[in-house]
Amino acid sequence: MNQPAETLPPPLHYDDALVAGVLKDVRTIAMVGASPNWVRPSNFAMKYLLGKGYKVIPVNPGHAGKEIWEQMVYAELGEVPGPIDMVDVFRASKDAGGIIDRAIELKDEKDIKVIWLQLGVRDDAAAARAEAAGLTVIMDRCPKIEYGRLFGELGWCGVNSGVISAKRPKR
Amino acid sequence: MAEKKTAPDGPHEFGFETRSIHAGARPDAETGARVTPIHQNTSYVFEDAEHAADLFNLQTFGFIYSRLTNPTVSVLEERLANLEGGRAAVCAASGHAAQFLAMFTLLEPGDSFIASKNLYGGSITQFGHSFKKLGWTCHFVDPTPEEFQRALAAHPDAKCIFLEALANPGGLIVDLEPVAEVAHAAGIPLIVDNTLATPYLLRPFDWGADIVVHSTTKFLSGHANSMGGAVIESGKFDWAASGKFPGMCTPDPAYHGLTFYETFGDFGFTMKARAVALRDFGPAMAPMNAFLTITGTETLALRMDRHVQNAQTVAEFLESHPAVSWVSYAGLKSSPWHTLAKKYLPKGAGSVFTFGLKGGYQAGIKCVETVELFSHLANVGDTRSLIIHPASTTHRQLSEEQQIAAGAGPDVVRLSVGLETAADLIRDLDRALAG
Repeated sequence: MNQPAETLPPPLHYDDALVAGVLKDVRTIAMVGASPNWVRPSNFAMKYLLGKGYKVIPVNPGHAGKEIWEQMVYAELGEVPGPIDMVDVFRASKDAGGIIDRAIELKDEKDIKVIWLQLGVRDDAAAARAEAAGLTVIMDRCPKIEYGRLFGELGWCGVNSGVISAKRPKR
Repeated sequence: MAEKKTAPDGPHEFGFETRSIHAGARPDAETGARVTPIHQNTSYVFEDAEHAADLFNLQTFGFIYSRLTNPTVSVLEERLANLEGGRAAVCAASGHAAQFLAMFTLLEPGDSFIASKNLYGGSITQFGHSFKKLGWTCHFVDPTPEEFQRALAAHPDAKCIFLEALANPGGLIVDLEPVAEVAHAAGIPLIVDNTLATPYLLRPFDWGADIVVHSTTKFLSGHANSMGGAVIESGKFDWAASGKFPGMCTPDPAYHGLTFYETFGDFGFTMKARAVALRDFGPAMAPMNAFLTITGTETLALRMDRHVQNAQTVAEFLESHPAVSWVSYAGLKSSPWHTLAKKYLPKGAGSVFTFGLKGGYQAGIKCVETVELFSHLANVGDTRSLIIHPASTTHRQLSEEQQIAAGAGPDVVRLSVGLETAADLIRDLDRALAG
């Protein structure tokens, strides 16, 4: 998921308030490219987000009909039953555009509000199409890492969260 | 204070002093305690078996055992990562342990690396002798971009460049920016020991360094009351593009086939240093030492300003003293490193420096035995002023040739100028140098 830095445009900036808002509002996440292999990053992120109370639905045509972490795997976004708040893309940047366009098509039917592309995944043109369609787009970030960073857990393993605050954290 | 600024269209950037006090240390969620509690505790209760499995698999963040992570140590780790402008940090029991964690994470048996000749004597011994037993070869060179380039041409498989930006004990400053370019052209990281400068005076990541190591025992804790070390990564080195670090980019048998860079991205190096090197060798920082070091970092900016001011005053006094043949302090115009100091250390060239006595080895011994206020001991970065004669102590295991190469020849005395009244320090040295 890490592309050589020189192939990526300048780093993206998202306000902490925007990312925290997405993570607070979203409840159902369709994870495109979720892997059943527990050492894969997508499997890590899925397990973590399930543990934080999100409903995470894996989407992966190679494993459709099976289960990952006891969640049924669907072949594509359109087959996911019920609404989807956020589409989380664990695929290479070159594949992201097609998934984003499919999410735009399904936006009203599935009530999709957010498209999230994982660390190292970025497609600025497709993101612009999604934003024009009224979707919130976050790219080149991991929801697991951002959740940990903004809600105080990432510092437990020595990561610089960038959060400076004298407020007592809410439990 | 000058650093505090708000970019017109970016996020607010807190100043160094604010971050020194607050980074990593919000009030305790459970109790509201304002000061970071000392978690004098070894192990942490799991919520259930699933939570335990997630923690052991690194699938969730949390505490298992204080050899790996401890809530007090974590605060210091995040603070140091923040102050250096880095992505993540792992603390260790000492600076030497931190260097070991960094190198164990980078190197395989049979690997080599390039290091500056101008290092703390203990590092020269660690790299030159003890690391050899692990199958790691260190090639020492003069720390100039040209010499690093030459060494890499001779040893193209070398895995990193290691240097002290502000060197101990010589007062030498390395031209970091071109050295980082040399390292990156070879696809390897530049590791900088930033112990003597601290991130208040110098931030190596701003000049292209990829990893910073510290002995936190020195200025960061600042009061000579706690041992410690830290490894900090910038998060900017591309381990995959380099192609020289399969240990970061292929499934790791020491961790069930986890691929650290892919899974943890820009803090993958720190995760691997912690989950493999710290786990398997065990040099964890004690929570009490982390607490004392956290307290120390809160006053880092104030202390470093005064350290530098006192060092400049003492260095100028020594330079004019008839018993002194030379003073190697980059804050002096006479220093060959004065220009580099202005570029890399505009707030001051630290407070550890050396000077030479016309009377040679015997005069050095007499000086350290005559002072009353300077403490004769082997440390730097204390509130107290310290003095040592390296050739008879810290560097005595080196040959005379190596001593001279490291800036620790027989006539050399090293000072770590503390926070006492400058006039009292000058009076003490004047007495010790008389007759």
